[in-house]
Amino acid sequence: MHWNSLNDFFAMGGYGLYVWGSFGACALGMLIEPLLLRARRRAIVARVPAKELME
Amino acid sequence: MNAPLINWYKFSSPATFYPLAGKLIPWFAAATILLAAVGLWISFFVAPTDAQQGEGYRIIFVHVAASWMSMFIYCVMAFWSAMCLSFNTRLSGMMASALAPTGAMFAFLSLLTGSLWGKPMWGAWWVWDARLTSQLILFFLYLGFMALQSAIDDPRRADKAGAILSLVGVINVPIIYFSVQWWNTLHQGASVSMTKSPSMAQTMLWGMLIMALAFWAYSITMALLRVRCIILEREMTNEWVKKNALE
Repeated sequence: MHWNSLNDFFAMGGYGLYVWGSFGACALGMLIEPLLLRARRRAIVARVPAKELME
Repeated sequence: MNAPLINWYKFSSPATFYPLAGKLIPWFAAATILLAAVGLWISFFVAPTDAQQGEGYRIIFVHVAASWMSMFIYCVMAFWSAMCLSFNTRLSGMMASALAPTGAMFAFLSLLTGSLWGKPMWGAWWVWDARLTSQLILFFLYLGFMALQSAIDDPRRADKAGAILSLVGVINVPIIYFSVQWWNTLHQGASVSMTKSPSMAQTMLWGMLIMALAFWAYSITMALLRVRCIILEREMTNEWVKKNALE
């Protein structure tokens, strides 16, 4: 373990902003994309009249 | 002649590929979460501190994975584009369109994480270096592909126009890859190469490879999710969609 405390972990040896910025941006992008795709799919399904779904 | 083991033409039809993609998605999604968890653990708790770059080097775990994926997805997109032009199968064009947004996101993340690495290490967010510039061109190629496709109403014509653009642009991928050798760049050389043993600690290498696999599984999941949307949007009026796909 390289980290003595939680603060140490967040500080990343002085590179905190850059390291967490990078990992955070990737995490954000990779969370938003599946949510957008879910919304896209729901929009398609919503366009189909309920009657056709029942058949 | 022996019958082929798998009839690939069978899956080139959207109607048969749609349910197959649906079955594959949960497996790739689970692989993404598992690999990302292991990759993050190695990135922060196992991999040692770098002698020269301190803790700042940990950016490479996402930077390298995102950069590899942005180039690899482009190659796969070009492959489907070639299939689209030569065999004129509907699914090939859909696959190419399904990959582009994920590839564009990784190209962007590669540039962003690269600039977050460049600022503390080089003292500059951006330099017009061969590696950085060719990667920026890759990002613009993705955007150009998506803009071109969305500008054409007829989906099959859009597929073909996009296919030509992506095939022309694929020349940029080896340029990115070899840029650090061909030109005198500020960007460091490849840390992992196919010919030499890697110039980094074993655990760093494992972290990078596992993160790359996580991004790989993620990209497959997203491409399959998106291609299912595209199939539905384009084939909404077909009987099979009404019968099977929208349950």
